[in-house]
Amino acid sequence: MNKAGILIIDDEAQIQKLLAITLQSNDYAVSHAATAKEGLVMAASHPPDMIILDLGLPDENGHSVLQQLREWYTNPIIILSVQSDEEDIIKALDNGANDYLVKPFRTGELLARIRAALKKSNANEINPIITNGNLQIDLSQRIIRKNGEIVKLTVTEYTLFALFVKNEGKVLTHHYLLREVWGPGFINQSQYLRVFIAQLRKKIEDDANHPEYIITESGVGYRFLSKE
Amino acid sequence: MDEMKLLSLNRINRKYQYLLSVLIIGIVSSACYASSLIIGYRVVAYILLITVSLIAMVFDILPVLLAAILSALIWDFFFIPPHFTFQVSSAEDTILLFMYLVIAMVNAVLTYKIRRMEKEAILKEEKENTVKLYNTLLNSLSHELRTPIATIIAATDNLQAGNTRLTAHDKYELVAEIAKASFRLNQQVENLLNMSRLESGFIQPKNDWTDINEVVYDTVKRIEENKVTQKISININPDIPLFKIDKGMLEQVLYNILNNACLYTPANTRIDIMAMNHADVMKIVIEDNGKGFPQDELKDVFDKFYRLRNTKTGGTGLGLSIVRGFIEAMGGRVQLENKLTGGARFVIEIPAETSYLKNLKNE
Repeated sequence: MNKAGILIIDDEAQIQKLLAITLQSNDYAVSHAATAKEGLVMAASHPPDMIILDLGLPDENGHSVLQQLREWYTNPIIILSVQSDEEDIIKALDNGANDYLVKPFRTGELLARIRAALKKSNANEINPIITNGNLQIDLSQRIIRKNGEIVKLTVTEYTLFALFVKNEGKVLTHHYLLREVWGPGFINQSQYLRVFIAQLRKKIEDDANHPEYIITESGVGYRFLSKE
Repeated sequence: MDEMKLLSLNRINRKYQYLLSVLIIGIVSSACYASSLIIGYRVVAYILLITVSLIAMVFDILPVLLAAILSALIWDFFFIPPHFTFQVSSAEDTILLFMYLVIAMVNAVLTYKIRRMEKEAILKEEKENTVKLYNTLLNSLSHELRTPIATIIAATDNLQAGNTRLTAHDKYELVAEIAKASFRLNQQVENLLNMSRLESGFIQPKNDWTDINEVVYDTVKRIEENKVTQKISININPDIPLFKIDKGMLEQVLYNILNNACLYTPANTRIDIMAMNHADVMKIVIEDNGKGFPQDELKDVFDKFYRLRNTKTGGTGLGLSIVRGFIEAMGGRVQLENKLTGGARFVIEIPAETSYLKNLKNE
């Protein structure tokens, strides 16, 4: 299999170097650009399998770079941000970023996000029968088993859970989940989401207070993790 | 008159000072006029002079000069014969009137000068205190920031120098030290950023429905990742409602209190966290069975840069001041007390909208 190519658009030489070493030693082919302009040109001339984009670039706002890329680029884009400014992150996710990392981040986390995003874009269709840890999920039959026993979910709980399963590894924003599960009129009714996440965790997780599947991304949303 | 009163009177609006000067002189003169049969007009001069002196002790220079001139005119017009004219018949009275004016004015100016010097002394003292506070901050900050930086530089030097006598275990230890130092540095920067957010005054809670269970368990998990020796137990009523509150700020508050407890209590100390709803007030109690705080320092620990007197080095004195700053920004309050059985108890109370949403259960 060919090495997946990753383009890093970040003006910080140190971050670039560290990312390059980390990614190359994990069998990715790395190229980098230090400015928005350079990045856009490089992405167009040799479209990479993935782009890691820093939101704070010297010559152009990262959000506008993201929008320009998303006009034609369909592979995953992971956002890097220094501010833990949640609104900034949510905006990027709504504008088509697949995931985000806040500096400083752990290398393991970076690699996991890259793997999840690349896997997602490789798989054209989701296998309807999924095994994840002690969960067996059959999306065609709408049956979920935990340790072999059927978990009874209400209609809303199932809709929410299926959405997570189909987007494994990806952060889903509060607004996205509320819109998809309850409808556009409910995007500010976050209390529904809180209640149903808590209920789902009680049914799915071994310990609802220490979730391993449905992870909270504080201020942003939730992420469904694979236990493999 | 004591300093505080002096200072507070100083703040009385200039306009009212003029008005009050005129009023006081008017009242005193009227009283003198009423008793002019008993007391001679020369005694009246002394009474007015004392009045002007007293006014000089509290008012600005211009209202005092106004009082001096006004009182001289009143004395001349109403008291010095012939009455109800500004004429002065005897040479003696002319000299007296002249002397009256000079003494009143000199009195006003001298008193004013003394008070200005006093004010300058107070300002200078305040400035010195600010400088002292600033230096304390710089010292503790540079210590807190430089220690991890020094660790990182020294450890990387060691690793880069090609020192062949370093064992694999040594290298592992050095890398672990770098990791620890970076974590500490990151935490201090986080504290400083939070403090500057608070100082800027633009901090606005972003309230949203929050599951307190999640906040508490996630924060405890983050604390436990630091390999703490304390035993943290959580006790939350399962029926606790959702609160509309700033989750990020609440997490920072809990993290800082717990981090503090883990840094400054002995190993194996028990830390209990309780959360409850008291009539739309979210209440979180965090208590430990450590040694507690020195009783006389309880009131100071939330102050910016305050560090307990007999404490090990390290720490910027920012953690608990951010706790109070954030809680107050959310419209709540925090109290700290020592338990009767020993150990500290933090009580956080934040008024917040609640939601039970029980009716959703079967949807």
